[in-house]
Amino acid sequence: MRRALAGPTVGALLLALAAGSARAEVIEIKAEKLVFAPAQVSAHVGDTIVWVNADFVAHTATARNGAWDCKLHPNMIGKITVAE
Amino acid sequence: MMFIRVAGMAGALAALFVAGSASAQGAKPTDPQIAHIAYTAGQIDIEAAEQALKKSKNKEVVAFAKDMVRDHKAVNEKALSLVKKLKVTPEDNDISKSLSQQAAQKRAELAKLNGDAFDKAYVANEVAYHKTVNGALENTLIPSATNPELKDLLSTGLKIFQGHEQHAEQVAADLK
Repeated sequence: MRRALAGPTVGALLLALAAGSARAEVIEIKAEKLVFAPAQVSAHVGDTIVWVNADFVAHTATARNGAWDCKLHPNMIGKITVAE
Repeated sequence: MMFIRVAGMAGALAALFVAGSASAQGAKPTDPQIAHIAYTAGQIDIEAAEQALKKSKNKEVVAFAKDMVRDHKAVNEKALSLVKKLKVTPEDNDISKSLSQQAAQKRAELAKLNGDAFDKAYVANEVAYHKTVNGALENTLIPSATNPELKDLLSTGLKIFQGHEQHAEQVAADLK
């Protein structure tokens, strides 16, 4: 099944790219049973956010009003707070 | 009693809701009936979306209809493999029959509309239909299901369809 969100392979690629910066962290957000977990994320500039879809339907992470939601299921919401 | 107020296809599920209230007297739908109702409800929304894909030229409406086809097919495939695994044969029943009948009526009604009028009527019906099905899932089908895997799939389905309801509301607001 086609999935809109990054799977494990894409996740690994982003990890390799992120390894360039010493401080950079990779933060994984799982979409499972129509819930983003964690839904509240604190990140630093340079960090990489990876969304992994564990559901059997496609999801998106679409920016909306300073947060994100799934365009297809707007009951799925989350927010990233970025610190310098 | 919210179901009574929702027009059109809601009638059959209003009947289901009444059947649900009668459950104290033991009139709960069985797992094979629940599986049949849930599958039929999904199939109806796929057919509604296919009609929209033929008739609509609105980008947002077409995208929404494609989302409905993809998600409801995915849920129904899951449901089919689950009933196979559980060796449950979905059982046709009055609720399923009445749902299909009213869906056919709605399709005929929508077939007469074109352009903006069709788009608005299709999306308004999507809001009402998901609201009704979600209410039936929440209040009757999920509580009545006895098999835990069936209950689990219905619960995931409910969250997916609650997402559709909100998505349909957004599309409806954009069409105004």
